[in-house]
Amino acid sequence: MVLAEDLAKQQRSISIAEFFEKNKHLLGFDSPTRGIITTIKEAVDNALDACEESEVLPDIFVGIKRVDAEVYRITVEDNGPGIVPENVPLVFGKLLYGSRFHQIRQSRGQQGIGISAAVLYAQLTTGIPTLVVSRTGAKARAHRFELMIKTETNEPEIVSHEEIDWDRTHGTRIEIQFKSTLAAKKRLADYLRLTAIVNPHARITADIDGEVTTFERVSGEVPPCPKPILPHPHGIEFGALKRIAAASTGTVEEFLVGSFSRVGKKTADEMIALAKLKPSRKVNKLDADELKRLLEAMQAVKVPAPPAQQCLSPIGEDLICRGLEKEIQLDFVKARTRPSAVYGGHSFIIEAAIGYGGKVPPEGTAQLFRFANRVPLLYQQGACAITNCVSQVNWKGYGLSQQGLPMGPMLIMVHVASTNVPFTSESKDAVASIPEIEREIVLVLQELGRELKTYLYRRDKTKQQDNRARAICSIIPDIAAKVSEIVELPLVDTSPIEGKIMRKVVAKKRTVDGKVCIDVNNYTAKEVPLVLYNLSRDEAADAVPRPDFVDNMDGEYNKVWRRTLGAGEAWQIVYTGSGDGSVDLRGVEDNVKVVVDLDV
Amino acid sequence: MSREEMDALAKERLVGIARGWYDQMRDGVVPYIRLPTRTKRNLAYDDEGEVWKYGEKESTRAATNEKGAVHILKMAYLIGFLKQQLVENRSSTLRELYYISEGWKKAKFTAQDESNLLIEDLEIITDVQREAFHLRPEEDGASLFGPLRIRETTRRGVKEMHCQEDVGEAGYPIPNNVDNLDFVDHDAKFVIAIETGGMYARLMENGFDEEYGAILVHLKGQPARSTRRVLRRLNDSLNLPVVVFTDGDPWSYRIYASVAYGSIKSAHMSDILATPQAQFIGVQPSDISDYNLPADHLTEQDINALKAELTDPRFATDYWRTQINLQLDMKLKSEQQAFASRGLDFVTKEYLPKRLSEMGII
Repeated sequence: MVLAEDLAKQQRSISIAEFFEKNKHLLGFDSPTRGIITTIKEAVDNALDACEESEVLPDIFVGIKRVDAEVYRITVEDNGPGIVPENVPLVFGKLLYGSRFHQIRQSRGQQGIGISAAVLYAQLTTGIPTLVVSRTGAKARAHRFELMIKTETNEPEIVSHEEIDWDRTHGTRIEIQFKSTLAAKKRLADYLRLTAIVNPHARITADIDGEVTTFERVSGEVPPCPKPILPHPHGIEFGALKRIAAASTGTVEEFLVGSFSRVGKKTADEMIALAKLKPSRKVNKLDADELKRLLEAMQAVKVPAPPAQQCLSPIGEDLICRGLEKEIQLDFVKARTRPSAVYGGHSFIIEAAIGYGGKVPPEGTAQLFRFANRVPLLYQQGACAITNCVSQVNWKGYGLSQQGLPMGPMLIMVHVASTNVPFTSESKDAVASIPEIEREIVLVLQELGRELKTYLYRRDKTKQQDNRARAICSIIPDIAAKVSEIVELPLVDTSPIEGKIMRKVVAKKRTVDGKVCIDVNNYTAKEVPLVLYNLSRDEAADAVPRPDFVDNMDGEYNKVWRRTLGAGEAWQIVYTGSGDGSVDLRGVEDNVKVVVDLDV
Repeated sequence: MSREEMDALAKERLVGIARGWYDQMRDGVVPYIRLPTRTKRNLAYDDEGEVWKYGEKESTRAATNEKGAVHILKMAYLIGFLKQQLVENRSSTLRELYYISEGWKKAKFTAQDESNLLIEDLEIITDVQREAFHLRPEEDGASLFGPLRIRETTRRGVKEMHCQEDVGEAGYPIPNNVDNLDFVDHDAKFVIAIETGGMYARLMENGFDEEYGAILVHLKGQPARSTRRVLRRLNDSLNLPVVVFTDGDPWSYRIYASVAYGSIKSAHMSDILATPQAQFIGVQPSDISDYNLPADHLTEQDINALKAELTDPRFATDYWRTQINLQLDMKLKSEQQAFASRGLDFVTKEYLPKRLSEMGII
């Protein structure tokens, strides 16, 4: 029989730091390998957020260095606004300390847990304090801190603090050491690449154990920083309503108009009437029942969607395409930004892109890139609403095979931007299934699917035309030669056939008995200016006509002729040589050009 | 027609195809060629010759796309080669031809089948048999045994022999070119074509040829052209009825069909290859149940082949429809040697005499 008094001795409060020390997996520190990625992710998110807020183009350095058998030092340095010295210990040494938790707007970080959790993880595994250097501007000196977290109280412990000189005029540098492995190197590289894709305005330099990679920026514009908005009446819960009502001094009407977005006098009066309250009542005097009535009325009245333009910052179609193209070579890329939508009073915007061909591996299923508020999601792909939506789309209708995800050389990128991204857990790995969001994702993918279908159809058509052109230009002359030999008559001229079928500019190179002969025929109805390049080991000193320009490159001669060919005009170059090498025609659009090397 | 005349005709027809292409190109037309479509859907019964031939459907091969252009290029190279062969009076086999094409760059054959199909195309267009192009088949013809005296013009003089007295156990081997063969005289009442070597030997051992005056012809599976031509000539020039004795499965019915009606691939030569009067003895599906023969279950492929035969115009008779549907119901097939389960003499003493008298042959 245990007495309540005995139990009481064991009962005490726990601090948030202690809680997370025990439950590291909730924050994405479930394994040493993952710890490294989570830390870099949190630090880079903070750096990008800070740069966005201060409207500078981010220049971020990420370094990972092995310091002994199991310990790695992770360095992240940015050129952001810096942190004032009195706040540095709190930002890095206290969980749940942040600037964005109380604001309704799109940002990468939210709760103020991420980077302090990394500090906590470092002191758990190595006991080495975290080093932070920050400078707020040219007039101030830099401050150097060594920090730890007192887990029992969730308060920072400053191990050392000094002012130092630093060559950056403003920015922050953090160095964290913990036990880890570089097993997830590929995933880390993926994370950095994906981050570079959705932040085309950032330059990211990574030094991973001596391997340096730079992701160059392609956009010189800082994306507009989203501005906080007031809560939307449809997105508020009873507890929150009670809290802000208690803190308000005005009447119910003033309260509704002043504390919520999209509520004007007319809407407020409608709500008050529906809740059967007097508009003149002081809102902090309302009892629980009246507040409940008010909340129901607020949810029932139709209110326009929150001002998404203000609080959200989508990447935009053009920048998504440029971001993808700078990191991955593609034959086709199309992006779409949907108009903003709402779920439960929270604004969100879905953006997506499809890339096809190029250097994307053709085997297996499509590559899926998931993003939430410009942050790549690397884990739990199978549990994510985005993945689910991609599988729901019938890709067969767009000319692709499908096994859940579509198959083939394609990549699909989906970005969910919201003032409140519904994650499945605090580690922010996967987006939860919200019908409104899923509907938007499916719609945007279908739009892009149609675009891709059109592209594939055109591509196949072009392929057919090319195939036809190649047949005519390379095989018909062979048929002509053989047939003329059989019937013992002079070689039949096939150019009328070519002209009839092709309506293109055709360049043909053929070598017979030591004579290289390049024929160019303009079968189009227009005059065409063109440049002919012939790179081979032949010097072509006796070429007729003479090349306009010859360039000797290590025993290979690049011969260039410039010429304008009238409609239907033919032109021939002849010189003595072996006819190796290549021939190319420039200045002519691809769809009206055929170049055939009959010596190959 | 003498050999020289035949060579001249073959060469003239081949060069004629090339001439057609030359003229097309000279007139600014993309070279093309028309051919009857070579599928079973395009088989039509020719009342006059009582054989199945290609119908009206034609396909055009033109150099307007890469595939068509390559096809015509290959044909041109082939014509060039055959013309040369005729000029130099050489000959080659289909397999050699396939290897010769190795040096033809873009016109190289990708597989043996391709050269075979092209040769058949040329036969169809020129209306000349491949033997006239000096192409020899790879396989020898099969053999025959029976009361027949033949005269063969060989490269080493004329040989005359009797196909029972002057030949060994294997019988007389049918040469590739049946044009060199004359039938001197015979003492036969009918010809029986047999699918398997085992049954051919059984009939020989049991003296079936002597007892009934039968010429035994071994088909060796799907019969070579020369074998089919010999059957046709025995039927035509000696007025001997021809019966076909095969296993009781869908593939064997096709062997019978190619003897009696001509094959899908060589329907253009049905006039000389097919023997429309040839009758099918068995093994019939009904024999399997009537004689309670040892049988195997039909495989998936067998069932599909039987179903395909139901849509084949050559099998569009009440007799075949009944038999094939019966077999599909039983789901069984038997080999001709299954009669051995009732004793080695059963097939020659009971089964064949009964069937032959039913058919009015004896």
